[in-house]
Amino acid sequence: MTATAATNDAAVALNGVDVAFRLADGGVFRAVSNATLNVADGEFVSIVGPTGCGKSTLLNIAAGLLAPAAGSVDIFGSRLDDLNRQAGYLFQADALFPWKTALENVAIGLEIVGVPQAEARGRARDWLGKVGLGAFGDRYPHMLSGGQRKRVGLAQVLIRDPKILLMDEPFGPLDAQTRQIMGNLLLELWSADRKAVLFVTHDLEEAIALSDRVVIMSAGPASRIIGDWRVTLSRPRDIADIKLSPEFHDLHRDIWHMLKEEVVKGYAQAEGR
Amino acid sequence: MSRVSLLSLQIAVAVVFVAVWYVFTTYPVFGHILLPPFFFSNPVDVVQQVISWFASGVIWKHLWVTLVESMLAFGIGSIGGVLVGFWFARQPRTAAVFDPYVKMANALPRVVLAPIFTLWLGLGIWSKVALGVTLVFFIVFFNVYQGVKEVSPTVLANARMLGMKERQLMRHVYWPSALSWMFSSLHTSVGFAVVGAVVGEYLGAAAGLGYLIQQAEGVFDVAGVFAGMFVLAAFVIVIDMIVTVVERRLLIWRPAVGDAKP
Repeated sequence: MTATAATNDAAVALNGVDVAFRLADGGVFRAVSNATLNVADGEFVSIVGPTGCGKSTLLNIAAGLLAPAAGSVDIFGSRLDDLNRQAGYLFQADALFPWKTALENVAIGLEIVGVPQAEARGRARDWLGKVGLGAFGDRYPHMLSGGQRKRVGLAQVLIRDPKILLMDEPFGPLDAQTRQIMGNLLLELWSADRKAVLFVTHDLEEAIALSDRVVIMSAGPASRIIGDWRVTLSRPRDIADIKLSPEFHDLHRDIWHMLKEEVVKGYAQAEGR
Repeated sequence: MSRVSLLSLQIAVAVVFVAVWYVFTTYPVFGHILLPPFFFSNPVDVVQQVISWFASGVIWKHLWVTLVESMLAFGIGSIGGVLVGFWFARQPRTAAVFDPYVKMANALPRVVLAPIFTLWLGLGIWSKVALGVTLVFFIVFFNVYQGVKEVSPTVLANARMLGMKERQLMRHVYWPSALSWMFSSLHTSVGFAVVGAVVGEYLGAAAGLGYLIQQAEGVFDVAGVFAGMFVLAAFVIVIDMIVTVVERRLLIWRPAVGDAKP
């Protein structure tokens, strides 16, 4: 009975989460209000919203890097009160260790949990191969392009085999072509063992092309989850091809209709500030 | 500019400088010498002095003493700076308590400490080492403190999400970051170690380049003073070149200035 209960538990469950920050002038800024969201095991969920709506904040809550002001977070049915040890986090900004080579960066996640160095390096080499950087192991991050650094980051996170993958606009700084290639790479790696993914982006097309579900957030402050769309496009997908399909267009039009209002609102608030 | 033309221009500057110096200290202009040799010596005497020091071998002892003092000052000052820098950066409360005293000590012109060190440690090398340490310590301390404080929050969050415990964060994140800051100030701190040694020698010693210059000055031997200065300058340039080589090896992971990517 307990076993079935465990499998029914969502990988990530946000229950009525509020996020608030104390401001320098003593006031309180409420970033996110009453967010409730479930990500099932093996499900790929994207959060889309206008700039500054607190998408990344919500991800930090799920990672345990930030504590919610109200509400709670459950990871596979158990309450999260520290760092989320089941999750791998791919950051928007460069998060590689600049003083380590690509290979050392990938291997470090294994080395710190006690895997012998030779074995960790061997597996890191395999992972660099999987992300297409087999020949770049001895390069330092500054010698790699933005896209290559993201690939190393992906390998660094995935080598630990986390059950949950949290991604914060990971391909944001890349150019359009590289984003598409990285998206396909991500889908290919993900389809091998279907982790639960929470993917934050401001790019609706990217969200639809990658996800099983797209969640829309309203403009901040105190932004809320205002829409939850199921993406029924068949898998495996190729991001470039799928964007040409009529189902994609219908879905994109419907969701964009809702998102557009929020984007406009977001701009208005940003200008009024 | 090509390497060759750059080098030839650099040499030209030296040649013109020495030529002007030589002409104005040797030949009268409108009846009198513009740079009296008593005050300005002249290039020939200075070169002769340098050659005689090296020919007789007396200079080696003084160079060795200054080198030992500088290296000891650099080593002890760096170790102290790293330890205290780390300690303060990880213990903000301690840092806050000591902050005014650190600022006070750093604001103090270190030369005034020299007599105290001579009194405490005698005329041997240790009073000079102590003076160098007070200079090197603060440079290394401030840089290590900054290095630990300014670790990128994203890199730190990433390290924690990868499962690093406090000790591993020390080893894989704080330590390399602090070291990179320390190494970036290597030129300055090595330079200050030499300054500490030479100034200490100048104020009271029995050997060393500072002592040599002070002795020459005491008998109005201007050629000796200039010769000492030139040997000292050459000594510092050689040390600086060694530091550059060491730095290149240690900071291989850092982008060279100018090709930093966003």
